[in-house]
Amino acid sequence: MADISQQLKEQVLQARDSGHKLNIVGGGTKAFMGREAGTDAGTLNVGEHTGIVDYHPVELVLTVRAGTPLSDIEATLAEEGQCLHFEPPHFGAASTIGGTLACNLSGPGRPWAGSVRDQVLGIRLLNGKGEHLRFGGQVMKNVAGYDVSRLQAGALGTLGVITEISMKVMPKPAASLTLVQEMGMDEVIHYMNSRAAEPKPITAACWVDGKVYLRLAGAKSGVEATAEKWSGEVMEQGDHFWRQVQDMHHEFFAGNDAPLWRFSIGSTAATPKLEGNWFIDWAGSQRWFRGAGELKDLEPAARAAGGQVSLFRGGDRTGEVMHHQPEALKGIQRRIKSAFDPDNIFNPGRLYSWL
Amino acid sequence: MTTKPKVSKSELAEQFRAFIDPDYVITDDETMKPYECDGMSMYCEMPLLVVLPETVEQVQRVMRICNENTVPVVARGAGTGLSAGAMPNKEGVVLSLAKFNRIVEIDPLARTARLQPGVRNLAISEEAAQYGLYYGPDPSSQIACTIGGNVAENSGGVHCLKYGLTVHNILSVEMVTAEGDVVTVGSDGLDGCGMDLLALMTGSEGLLGVVTEVKVKLLPKPEVAQVVMAGFDDVQKGGDAVGGIIAHGIIPGGLEMMDGHAIIAADDFAQAGYPRDAKALLLCEVDGTEEEVHEHIAQAEEVFRKLGATSVRTSRSEEERALLWKGRKSAFPAVGRISPDYYCMDGTIPRREIARVLTEMEAMSEEFGLRVANVFHAGDGNLHPLILFDANVPGEFERTEAFGSRILEMCVEVGGCITGEHGVGVEKIRQMAVQFNDEELQQFHDVKAAFDPAGILNPGKGVPALRFCQEYRSLEHKQHTHEHTEAAHG
Repeated sequence: MADISQQLKEQVLQARDSGHKLNIVGGGTKAFMGREAGTDAGTLNVGEHTGIVDYHPVELVLTVRAGTPLSDIEATLAEEGQCLHFEPPHFGAASTIGGTLACNLSGPGRPWAGSVRDQVLGIRLLNGKGEHLRFGGQVMKNVAGYDVSRLQAGALGTLGVITEISMKVMPKPAASLTLVQEMGMDEVIHYMNSRAAEPKPITAACWVDGKVYLRLAGAKSGVEATAEKWSGEVMEQGDHFWRQVQDMHHEFFAGNDAPLWRFSIGSTAATPKLEGNWFIDWAGSQRWFRGAGELKDLEPAARAAGGQVSLFRGGDRTGEVMHHQPEALKGIQRRIKSAFDPDNIFNPGRLYSWL
Repeated sequence: MTTKPKVSKSELAEQFRAFIDPDYVITDDETMKPYECDGMSMYCEMPLLVVLPETVEQVQRVMRICNENTVPVVARGAGTGLSAGAMPNKEGVVLSLAKFNRIVEIDPLARTARLQPGVRNLAISEEAAQYGLYYGPDPSSQIACTIGGNVAENSGGVHCLKYGLTVHNILSVEMVTAEGDVVTVGSDGLDGCGMDLLALMTGSEGLLGVVTEVKVKLLPKPEVAQVVMAGFDDVQKGGDAVGGIIAHGIIPGGLEMMDGHAIIAADDFAQAGYPRDAKALLLCEVDGTEEEVHEHIAQAEEVFRKLGATSVRTSRSEEERALLWKGRKSAFPAVGRISPDYYCMDGTIPRREIARVLTEMEAMSEEFGLRVANVFHAGDGNLHPLILFDANVPGEFERTEAFGSRILEMCVEVGGCITGEHGVGVEKIRQMAVQFNDEELQQFHDVKAAFDPAGILNPGKGVPALRFCQEYRSLEHKQHTHEHTEAAHG
């Protein structure tokens, strides 16, 4: 429980004066993400900047310092019967809320509950000039000024140091159960999307190893009535299964060095014809791929499926790891980068070589 | 800020007429008159000219010409905005997207709709209904407002707490940049690589680009919806009941509150059978599967009774549900009947501050000699005070504006913000200096410049020039405000 924002600010100003670069680190559990930029950046440790600043359960709003571990936050929320609805992956006990936002990481419930980006209401940010700024707020609706808070989601810390986050939290569902049944990869896309189009309390849908898993959650009566109408066996230890998916501890994800590709594509798009194995999550919107290939070879398949591909983990990370950007968007993003970080101090080259 | 345009009105019109149907390059005052304001009709300005292109390529060419000549461009949908965001610039072009009114495609399996920006909000749900789907955000103006304008304002409605704002319900937008490039931000996937420009575009009030297509998510229509109405003899009890529902783990589809003045005006208008002696009225709608709604309605009734409701009534039919909502949905015209004019404010507050805010507002109402009625999206803390005035009485609108400013400042003081869904536009541009300091405002200007280096898109809106902020803050009664901002944030 410490506020070290002044210290962080001084480090930023020092780096700016001396022309050094800074690699922003929270709990250090997501070092595998983004590019290996090969710069001799120093470390800016946000992991000590911890503590819950404000939490009003009936407001459904939590304000927390960015270095606070996810597990601490979840324990506090659980005391009030609430949770982080976006089910953030824990890549280790030290995983922080700030890193989760910077990497825009959300778990299996994301298509229904929204992402970490969706739940963010406001932030405090140290920009590259060492200015400690506030954007957004602690209320559900706030349209004053540009949405700089959500802009941080997925920017991998290239725009500044997130020091504090206000976000929406939700009640834990009263009941949940998981239905499992065997199904081929070709028919599962239609099946999951059809189920998602029904007005039923579905909150997760994935497919792996020839089986489809649907989670129902909410009021007990609604969950049970739906389970009776839908096909599939009720899975014992369903919660354990989804936890494995959320934290990417499922055996599909084992082996940290082999390339793990992430396709973020249209939920109904046909799965690209590639040599390898697939894990289909988010009712088809997120598909994990383990197989041979290079970014430039996989991009056309992702584009044809209405989305993008990135090298999430493993493989060669010295080249680009994110789907390439068209020139006009490159220009805008470069200018946004210099609007926040004119001296290019933060995480240079982590997101793209040109950023 | 833009510099002086490099081209005359007639030269500009001639250039546009080379590629746009000359009937839709409007230069005469009489035809331009309807474009002089949006839904915030107290703020008017005549534009240089109005164009209504019908292809994306024409929009690109308009933008290129304006960019080269530093001519301001104000994009416009249906003109229903409530912060003068679409008020013209007198040296600029109004770019109306009215001809882009086609629903391009609905994909029932993927639950998405591809829309041109001029498609009306309600038309999306009407078209999707055949597939059992609908579009979530439902601003009060949904019968007329367009999806392009919804993106510009990040519009909400009465169902935001459960179903989110525009930013949560769109997948991608195609837009034309200030420099005339066409780009798509977002994709069919739920997120993408690089910076989240979709979040930045949503709610940017036409300052960053011109939206030419939107892909939205559609939701399955709930099996059942039922509404519980609860009356309270005290505003604090009504506020506590809102918290009580949430604390019980129920997220209502809609949760609305009205104060005593609004209850009577709405009931006179709609004959909804509201408890006319109540000081606060809650409408709590629960939607979902039949079993779930049944379970939650019973719990909601119990919570309201326990927390001191003087009356509780639950809709037993679709007709009854519609009747209970009719009062709330017609609250604005209902208030319009009891006053020559009214001014609708749009602040947000933490819900726990509702009683304090309403009490202070009553005191201000006496101080300014103006009546005020309140409707409140209680679920998400979005307050709409309606200040009643008569524009024909000299000085009364000015007094109304001053009253409104005080309300917005109070919202910031208690930890809220100056606008929940109407946007800043021209109307609230001075109060931006209360919510943000100069460094923050400068950061906004720098973001704007990244998209629009020449500053031609909707100049003078959304983010105030810093020199005006210093003047505003230096007014005597404003000197304390930024400390309050700090305290409220802290």
